[in-house]
Amino acid sequence: MVFNQDIIKPENLVYKRTNVLTDAVMHYCPGCGHGTIHRVIAEVIEEMGIQDKAICIAPVGCSVLAYNYFNVDSQGAAHGRAPAIATAIQRLYPDNHVFTYQGDGDLAAIGTAETIHACNRGENIVIIFVNNGIYGMTGGQMAPTTLIGMKTATTPYGRSVELNGYPLQITELLAELPGTYYVTRQSVHTPAAVRKAKKAIRQAFENQKGKKGTSFVELVSNCNSGWKMTPVAANKWMEENMFPKYPVGDIKVNGEKVSK
Amino acid sequence: MAIKGSIVVDTERCKGCGVCLGACPNQVIALSKNVNGKGYNYAEPIKDECIGCASCAMVCPDGVITVYKTKL
Ligand SMILES: Cc1ncc(C[n+]2csc(CCOP(=O)(O)OP(=O)(O)O)c2C)c(N)n1
Ligand code: SF4
Ligand code: SF4
Ligand code: SF4
Ligand SMILES: [Mg+2]
Repeated sequence: MVFNQDIIKPENLVYKRTNVLTDAVMHYCPGCGHGTIHRVIAEVIEEMGIQDKAICIAPVGCSVLAYNYFNVDSQGAAHGRAPAIATAIQRLYPDNHVFTYQGDGDLAAIGTAETIHACNRGENIVIIFVNNGIYGMTGGQMAPTTLIGMKTATTPYGRSVELNGYPLQITELLAELPGTYYVTRQSVHTPAAVRKAKKAIRQAFENQKGKKGTSFVELVSNCNSGWKMTPVAANKWMEENMFPKYPVGDIKVNGEKVSK
Repeated sequence: MAIKGSIVVDTERCKGCGVCLGACPNQVIALSKNVNGKGYNYAEPIKDECIGCASCAMVCPDGVITVYKTKL
């Protein structure tokens, strides 16, 4: 059904899907935060007019096909190695906007070394880190970010400290490194959160333009399939359970830790 | 003067996730009883109270909502 047919005219347009996304239908599960995060990044690229300068380094994980969706130059990386590839490309093309897009398994497990060293070198790259607390793509195994008590395919009775150690707050860890200039944690589950996340991603790309060093944006996101919930229930669960461990907000701004 | 909005959902690309429903301040959107080609109960406006705030479009993972607004 359509109401107010008469106002559906180009001059009244306030929002439409950005052309920095391709027309491909994204393969993500209904309601998955990956889609929203893609959209927000693409909108920032459009607003900054950097489509021809942006280069996406795609990960392994559910977003392995990110290069099919971002209408920008892209390069796939081996699992966890996106920051290394981004380092090379950013150094070769210092005026381009190289960004990685990585999940928590990719960035905080298999790619820990690449993540830490790229941030410690202060590479002038943007790192987008999608923390959904699980290995989404491979069927919902425990990730380093999985919460204590959270049931996954590999922690069927819930993650326990004795067996599996503590959830890794890699974002706080990276903020300790002198190479990181901007470190923030955001989410995209409400309109207000999306607006804030967009501002943060914009800030990251602006820092890169000013050659300030590494900008790191974590997005706490749902993996509703892996969590075995509806998308709406998953977003609520995320607020109640993920946010206490992974609080949203800036952690480091202009190279200085934000005092809480 | 009143602000009037209208949304157009690309129903074939909508995945029926329902995330947009709770984002709307005026409860304009509901999931249809009908399904699209992929079998999803797509989102659709059910009443004439849209203010064109684009909150629904902000949270739509698939970017399938287009929003229009005017002053009447
Ligand atoms: C070298 C290597 N090891 C393991 C895998 C299997 N694998 C594919 S995706 C993935 C985890 C991805 O999880 P995450 O990065 O959190 O992304 P999500 O799917 O949750 O977005 C793993 C372990 C692989 N493809 N390559
Ligand atoms: S498995 Fe999880 S992360 Fe992957 S597309 Fe589905 S909801 Fe998103
Ligand atoms: S534009 Fe605003 S008022 Fe209109 S349907 Fe979307 S959320 Fe509701
Ligand atoms: S958020 Fe988008 S995909 Fe989900 S039901 Fe609403 S219009 Fe459809
Ligand atoms: Mg993950």
